[in-house]
Amino acid sequence: MDIYGFTEMIVDWLVGIISYFIDWLGFHRFASWLESQSVIDFLTILGVALILFIVGFLIAITMIWQERKTLGRLMDRRGAMVVGPAGYFQNIADGLKTFLKEIIIPEKADKKGYNWSPIIIIGSSILLIGLIPISERFYLADLDGGLIFLFAIFSITPFAILIGGWASNNKYSLIGGMRSAAQLISYEVPLLLSIVGVVILAGSLNLSDIVRAQQESIWFVIPQFIGFVIFLITIVAEVERIPFDLPEAEAELVEGWWTEYGGMRFGLLMLAEYFRGYAGAAVGVLLFLGGWNGPILPPEIWFLIKVFIVFFVFIWIRGSLTRVRIDQILNIGWKRLIPLSLINILIAVLIKSMGWL
Amino acid sequence: MAEMWINMGPQHPMTHGLWNLRVKVDGETIVDAEPVVGYLHRGWEKLTENRMYPQIIPMSDRLCYGASMSWSHLYCLAVEELMDVEVPERAEYIRVIVLELQRIASHLMWLAAYGTDLGLLTGFVYAMRERELFLDLLQSVSGARMTYNYMRIGGVRNDLPPNFERDCLRTLDFFEKKLDEYEQIYDKSAIFRLRTEGVGILKAADAINLGVTGPSLRGSGVRIDIRDHDPYSVYDELDWDICTHPDCDCYARYKVRMDEMRMSCHIIREAFKKMPDGPVRVKAPRHAPKRTAFARVEDPRGEALMYVIGDGTDKPFRLKVRSPIFVTVSAVPIMLKGYKVADVPAIMGSVDMCLGETDR
Repeated sequence: MDIYGFTEMIVDWLVGIISYFIDWLGFHRFASWLESQSVIDFLTILGVALILFIVGFLIAITMIWQERKTLGRLMDRRGAMVVGPAGYFQNIADGLKTFLKEIIIPEKADKKGYNWSPIIIIGSSILLIGLIPISERFYLADLDGGLIFLFAIFSITPFAILIGGWASNNKYSLIGGMRSAAQLISYEVPLLLSIVGVVILAGSLNLSDIVRAQQESIWFVIPQFIGFVIFLITIVAEVERIPFDLPEAEAELVEGWWTEYGGMRFGLLMLAEYFRGYAGAAVGVLLFLGGWNGPILPPEIWFLIKVFIVFFVFIWIRGSLTRVRIDQILNIGWKRLIPLSLINILIAVLIKSMGWL
Repeated sequence: MAEMWINMGPQHPMTHGLWNLRVKVDGETIVDAEPVVGYLHRGWEKLTENRMYPQIIPMSDRLCYGASMSWSHLYCLAVEELMDVEVPERAEYIRVIVLELQRIASHLMWLAAYGTDLGLLTGFVYAMRERELFLDLLQSVSGARMTYNYMRIGGVRNDLPPNFERDCLRTLDFFEKKLDEYEQIYDKSAIFRLRTEGVGILKAADAINLGVTGPSLRGSGVRIDIRDHDPYSVYDELDWDICTHPDCDCYARYKVRMDEMRMSCHIIREAFKKMPDGPVRVKAPRHAPKRTAFARVEDPRGEALMYVIGDGTDKPFRLKVRSPIFVTVSAVPIMLKGYKVADVPAIMGSVDMCLGETDR
């Protein structure tokens, strides 16, 4: 059963109870309108959006906590430790703090672009979570072209970032937005090329099918090791983390394209970044690390364990590397990763045509 | 192409204090740069004219709290020169030891700041962690952690505390192991090399013409160190070497400072071996004669100089400071031109800014 069907069942049940009481009170037309399919569909979509946000929020909060603790350990300190058990609720306290901040819009900013770009970024990030199946029974949409759709949504963000950076009317934001567009667009090419090998081996663009294909043979990280490494590098650039966090490099650009975003906007953008980090790690798990397959434990737990392990690698990279320069990152992307990913596709084709997998 | 000026500072994560770097960019390439200092000006030199000679010592600490021992030492050296005071030998050795400890602490603070400039927070935390050990040592000597007020005209305030030699040598042994650990995250990191090698070239001729001193000059391959060329204290009795690197880039400046930290450990060990017993302080006259004197030392950041004019009273008639970073900042446009905006923190971090002494 998927989330949508589950939510629809609950909504149907609740609406049935409420409309029964309304009917009993004498408002017959209102009760029949409430039970109509369009109202139930609308409420179901609201419920699904809420569930997605809560699931994404919980995972993102856990990831921020994991990052704080792991980074703390790497740096020989404790990380968050005061609020809640092992500092777990520190993120929620920080989130509440951002609520209290005044929302400041720069006087000469382009209001429409400034206000809409975080909405697009956050919305598309939540949509990403909707497209990721956590297990065979916990998913929202199981599209045939799910992988393509996922990366299509991934690539909405540079557009919104560019708009946001431009509309802020700040030189740092402008440079940050430009950098972000250059970086994200040039890294989408090797990112997409690195997953082509997996698609060839699995013979499908459907995420569940890809996982099932790994269940039948082996995890694709073994035949597609080069692809996995390229994927890790490019996804780190795609979610803008150190060493590829150039669009928001605080030492040179003062947080780059989100310099002017304060208060809850900043909080939500931060959360959206972790949503995207989760989406990136989850795609890596689905494509290369066997998805939710694993012994004994339920599949959802296996999936999340693998996601957190991949995210640990992200944190490890952040703790041990310095930031690269914008021309260097573009050189790495175009001159090294793209040829390497083409070789990777060749390997996949070879394996498939020889019938080894 | 449209060119635009970007103000980096006075409040910017890159600045390491209050100053402004105006950068003219074409796209992301720097075509011109203009440093603007003066945001932190406190009138230090004027203030000294209203204080008696010993009262200026705690003020001289505040010139740069990254290297406060070095600055108060320089002031004492200049006044000793003015008053013809002979410092006891044990005091000279103690001075060398605390100065080198201060040099390591200052370079560690630089290393930490350079880490954050390049986005490596881990390096910041590691270097600051080891800096604490040296602050502890200096605290056991003087009682303070940043502004030590330990130097006196005619010696030092008090002798080294008991067990100081043991603690110090133990710390040095530990620290030399940690230096290798830093190389794992700085030197052996390909991305750090990518960011620093060939960036911020300052040719030896340019450096000499602009008066750049200290690690920035030695990073250009010039073998000039005041400790060797115009020895003060007991540096000429110790066996040590000038650290240079020929590459002229940010990586060379990084390498010079790392080597200097190792060399400082060596100097401290040697000073402990040769240190004699005896008094640590002589009585200095209250009034200075009517004449001028100057002293120069090798500060962690370069050549620092103080020029004092005595007029026969107990207050200096005039006191002039030549601070190393004030001069080095003038070389910034040459170092920045032709590089990217992203190189600004890498280049500015590599000269080890300290605005307290720059603006005074």
